[in-house]
Amino acid sequence: MKIVVAFIVVLVLAALPYAGIQYAGMSTVFGIIIPYAAVAVFILGVVYRIVKWARSPVPFRIPTTCGQEKSLPWIKQNKLDNPSGTAGVLGRMALEILCFRSLFRNTRTELREGPRLSYASSVWLWLAAIAFHWSFLIILIRHFRLFSQPVPHFINVVENIDGFLQIGVPTLYITDILLLAAVLYLFIRRVVLPQVRYISLVADYVPLLLIFGIGLTGVLMRYFFRVNVIGVKELVMGLIAFKPHVPADIGTLFFIHLFLIATLFAYFPFSKLMHLGGVFLSPTRNLANNNRMVRHINPWNYPVHVHTYAEYEDEFRDKMKAVGLPVEKE
Amino acid sequence: MAEELKKEELVKIQYKPPKKDWMDTPVKFRHGTYIYPAKAKNLQYLDLPNPREWSPVDEDWKLPENWKEIVLNGMKERLDKYRSFKVFMDICVRCGACADKCHFYIGGGDPKNMPVLRAELIRSVYRGNFTAAGKILGRINGARDLTKDVIKEWFSYFYQCTECRRCSVFCPYGIDTAEITMMGRELLTLLGVNVNWILEPAANCYRTGNHLGIQPHALMDMFEMMLDDIKDRTGIKIEPTFNRKGAEILFITPSADFFAEPGMYTCMGYLMLFHELGLDYTWSTYASEGGNFGLFTSHEMIKRLNAKMYAEAKRLGVKWILGGECGHMWRVVHQYMDTLNGPADFLQEPVSPVTGTKFENAKSTKMVHIAEFTADLIKNKKIKLDPGRNDKLRITFHDSCNPARAMGIFEEPRYIIKNVCNNFFEMPENTTREQTFCCGGGAGLGTDEMMETRMRGGMPRANAVQYVHEKYGVNRLSCMCAIDRATLTTLMEYWVPDVKVTGIHELVANALVMNGEKERIVDIRGEPLKDEKGENHV
Repeated sequence: MKIVVAFIVVLVLAALPYAGIQYAGMSTVFGIIIPYAAVAVFILGVVYRIVKWARSPVPFRIPTTCGQEKSLPWIKQNKLDNPSGTAGVLGRMALEILCFRSLFRNTRTELREGPRLSYASSVWLWLAAIAFHWSFLIILIRHFRLFSQPVPHFINVVENIDGFLQIGVPTLYITDILLLAAVLYLFIRRVVLPQVRYISLVADYVPLLLIFGIGLTGVLMRYFFRVNVIGVKELVMGLIAFKPHVPADIGTLFFIHLFLIATLFAYFPFSKLMHLGGVFLSPTRNLANNNRMVRHINPWNYPVHVHTYAEYEDEFRDKMKAVGLPVEKE
Repeated sequence: MAEELKKEELVKIQYKPPKKDWMDTPVKFRHGTYIYPAKAKNLQYLDLPNPREWSPVDEDWKLPENWKEIVLNGMKERLDKYRSFKVFMDICVRCGACADKCHFYIGGGDPKNMPVLRAELIRSVYRGNFTAAGKILGRINGARDLTKDVIKEWFSYFYQCTECRRCSVFCPYGIDTAEITMMGRELLTLLGVNVNWILEPAANCYRTGNHLGIQPHALMDMFEMMLDDIKDRTGIKIEPTFNRKGAEILFITPSADFFAEPGMYTCMGYLMLFHELGLDYTWSTYASEGGNFGLFTSHEMIKRLNAKMYAEAKRLGVKWILGGECGHMWRVVHQYMDTLNGPADFLQEPVSPVTGTKFENAKSTKMVHIAEFTADLIKNKKIKLDPGRNDKLRITFHDSCNPARAMGIFEEPRYIIKNVCNNFFEMPENTTREQTFCCGGGAGLGTDEMMETRMRGGMPRANAVQYVHEKYGVNRLSCMCAIDRATLTTLMEYWVPDVKVTGIHELVANALVMNGEKERIVDIRGEPLKDEKGENHV
């Protein structure tokens, strides 16, 4: 049911620009107003969310330690999985953000006859996640070709590497294939694995389908139904120069692509996609395990009722004296 | 109790979730899977709200009239106070990597014991009340209303989590279910929805200084018994001091080790080791508890109970504090104490009086873990050890959750064990160190009425022990946690009856060659050092 809802949502999203362009001639709306609005919502929304997170303090230093602590000098510390200083934390965060270190640990638990539990390394989720995120990033970088004149050299380099297989005309980009395959895997996994389907919300299916839609329209435009790339670049350059105008005959497919991207941008700050920002702020990962070395300050630490020694001795003084325990007051 | 549960029945686990959505599945309370509610007198003693008699199986839990307002205000306050809570409410992508990492899910198959769903129990209420998308889209966006059934569900599942943090090792964003469970329990505490097995020890600890409510004179009796046993086994009469001003070191350990087997053997180990070293140290009857059941109640309660450690250290004028083998105690001491109860500027940076080693890693809290202390002694060859005295034991080591995932103290205990024993075998790597499995009874779940849940939750740990038992003939499970020593004992009796449980310093006590001791023919338990055939191992 949730899956059907998600499908309908994304199909409607794709149909809107088609109808708008084909039948209502709303190229200004879909080419200018919506992209501007989406980017504004994205920027303001992301800033708002991060400021909101940042305004909540970190009262306690609670890293999850995944290796040997720093203790005696002859015991080797695991500086990346249990950092005690800034360099270690940066290393741990870099591994986490660039390589998905924690997800790489993933295992699959199986209960066999006996009973015997087994834990096998399971890297498929990690592999799909890393393929998806890195492909997405590289594709995003490639798109900067449309945002710059002249095109910076490094974008050409990225394109050359991405297209090193040199198959077909135009050259096939590996990331295009990887992105679609990874998203498809993540979607199928969500649908097929009973546990994952059980925990999934509509809000988990929609982003996957939306991104698949973006990827698919992009691939269709590049390899099958060519659109007017010169026109696209003219539109984009106009948008970023704040002198927007929509050239004629770009092609409806492009507007579908653009609208889905705009939707993703506008949806981003209100969704789980904010994990992009949140991963930097996770207190179990971004703090050093130097708790007993350096005092961590809790800004709202307040005084509490305690049971003092004097109260304790008042209650038990006679009993303490009877067994020869020293007391403060005779 | 445990015997009534058939193992064959228990391992028929259905991992496939039900057809019905989890939001439409209300919680059922079944004997063996919930903890009895806190008695009114314990809430009163701790000044906690809504003291009353009630039961989870009742329809009416006698919540305060404005219960909903209390919970929502409580959530708002905590969202503003804890970045962890706020971020963890927002960023989960429900990838499911945590699902089969929880021992309660592995041992029971209840989908709400998947860490992700445990968090969704509270996240759904967060979305419904604190986010625009959730308010508008409702259930489509995974939001729901806060109802009395939700409170019941929280009570059930936040007391089926041992705050072990294993899932947080695997989460790509480090989402820590312990943090979620702690918030959930704090919110329930605002309504007076607590369990007695946590609040009674907490109330006892507040009043008498320890969980068991041992009053000072009774504590002396318990020590007398242990000291008599030590004399009986070693020929040495030890005379420790209590509440002594001017001692160099204050020693604090969980009170569970003062009287119950097998924990008391570990306590006897401390007494023997410190005697042999001639350590200038004192015990305290006021701060006679290392554990802190505040950790299982609220952050405020952590602070209220833990205040005694520093207060007593200050009153006695010691230089620094040494802490015994305990799990959650070390989560509190390592990650909370300095922040909540510090700064400990009246103490000095800890230096071992025996070796001269500066414990740099404890220079701010001024509290050293006994495993760090003893490993340093052994490394500097300051104690004489005869590991052969442990030869009938074939030992494995259970990393306790909190020292593992909130400290990372892995090598110290292993170094000690390898120096005091000749037969040490590791459990499989996915079940040790940062991936260690909980005993199934941590975070206030280790009570007998919870037996089914405990035996299920402890199954992954027991299964790994069984593996090394069959493969290497392991007959002793060592650990450095007082809750473990109690709960693993029950767990082993149920799953792997041939394996007994021990603390590290019990093993040290056996191997420790003491000045002036008589010939040791029995171990610290009073059992023959060698088995009947005169062979070293069973």
